[in-house]
Amino acid sequence: MPNTRDLKRRIRSIQSTQHITRAMKMVAAAKLRKAQAQVTAARPYAAKLEEVIGRLIGAVEPETQPLAASREIKKVGYVLFTGDRGLAGGYNANLIRLTEERLRVEERAVALVAVGRKGRDFFRRRRVEIVRDFTEIGDEPDLTQARELARQLVDLYLAGTLDEVNLIYTRFYSALRQVPQVDRLLPIAAGAGGATGGVAGGPLGDYIYEPAPDAVLQALLPRYCEIKVYRALLEAKASEHGARMTAMDSATENAAEMIDRLTLSFNRARQAAITREILEVVAGAEALQ
Amino acid sequence: MALLKLEVITPEGVTLKTDTGSVVAPGVLGYLGVLPGHAPLITPLQAGVVTYRPAGGGEEHLAVSGGFLEAGPEQVVILADTAEKAGEIDVERARQARERAERRLKERPPGLDVARAEAALQRATARLKAAGAL
Repeated sequence: MPNTRDLKRRIRSIQSTQHITRAMKMVAAAKLRKAQAQVTAARPYAAKLEEVIGRLIGAVEPETQPLAASREIKKVGYVLFTGDRGLAGGYNANLIRLTEERLRVEERAVALVAVGRKGRDFFRRRRVEIVRDFTEIGDEPDLTQARELARQLVDLYLAGTLDEVNLIYTRFYSALRQVPQVDRLLPIAAGAGGATGGVAGGPLGDYIYEPAPDAVLQALLPRYCEIKVYRALLEAKASEHGARMTAMDSATENAAEMIDRLTLSFNRARQAAITREILEVVAGAEALQ
Repeated sequence: MALLKLEVITPEGVTLKTDTGSVVAPGVLGYLGVLPGHAPLITPLQAGVVTYRPAGGGEEHLAVSGGFLEAGPEQVVILADTAEKAGEIDVERARQARERAERRLKERPPGLDVARAEAALQRATARLKAAGAL
């Protein structure tokens, strides 16, 4: 029979864990809401930009645009967006698993750009080449961080360190469902936007481009990279918060279950102790007679 | 009078959506004005001040730090990297940023990214101008 003092101590310890998991769940929920609002706010900009680029990229020779031109691929870069911290259920593990699979089937040379400590640490131990790493992104990424990251990726691409850049991040569908996926960032594929239309509703010929179509495109493509990286960052963070929220929710529930079970054994133990004491008293009284 | 629909959009959201009689924006080739009935046009923007005339009269200013503009006969869409309405600009901070950029450009410390410092100077100047503090 476990003694009541130990049980009481365990119950108290689980209760304080539960307090922590519950707090983490609530914090994650608040941050999730914020990240979702950011994703929504970025949507009109991204849609418009894609529309204009989609219209332009078909009309301009892709070879004149360093960011859209295809070239021989010697080294493929994967940008892995993981969290800096754990305690988010399978969030980081799922991403790392997907990345490992990609690396296994990839026949060309690969290099990683690690965003987030978890991915960096894992692949550093595996001796995978990591050309850049970004940690301490924080829980609420902003545009400045995305711009800096996008700029460095574009530089790596233009310098020829990487001949293709892919983003591996978790797409956020709901607090319960986040799916890791791979998206190509560079070179920008023709028809990336795909949409047509716009104010004039016509093809390229109806527009005046100042100074010239290829110069306009040259100004737009880096912005396209920025918004894509920004979006990946936000989706990744929303997913991380969603995963953490779900994980902490079930941790809180598990703790509640454990407390119930322990409380039951505690009551039983206490009851047993009382019964034993009564028996002892009765036995003592009887011995006196 | 015909009006233009003006929309200013940044990655952080829609900053402005209004009807206006005219728009003046800082194109890369210099400031350009758009009136209703403008031919379809797309141009990149540099850091500067966007001026528009709301339907109610008067003149409003907006500081943008680059981006691009798409104009049509009835509509102007500005996709800005950042955009701030005149009333939202922190003049004191913009002034400090401007002084810092000017100082850096004058002293030229080793390793200075000149293009970046110049861009910062331009941005700060645009914000001050939009706020009417210059």
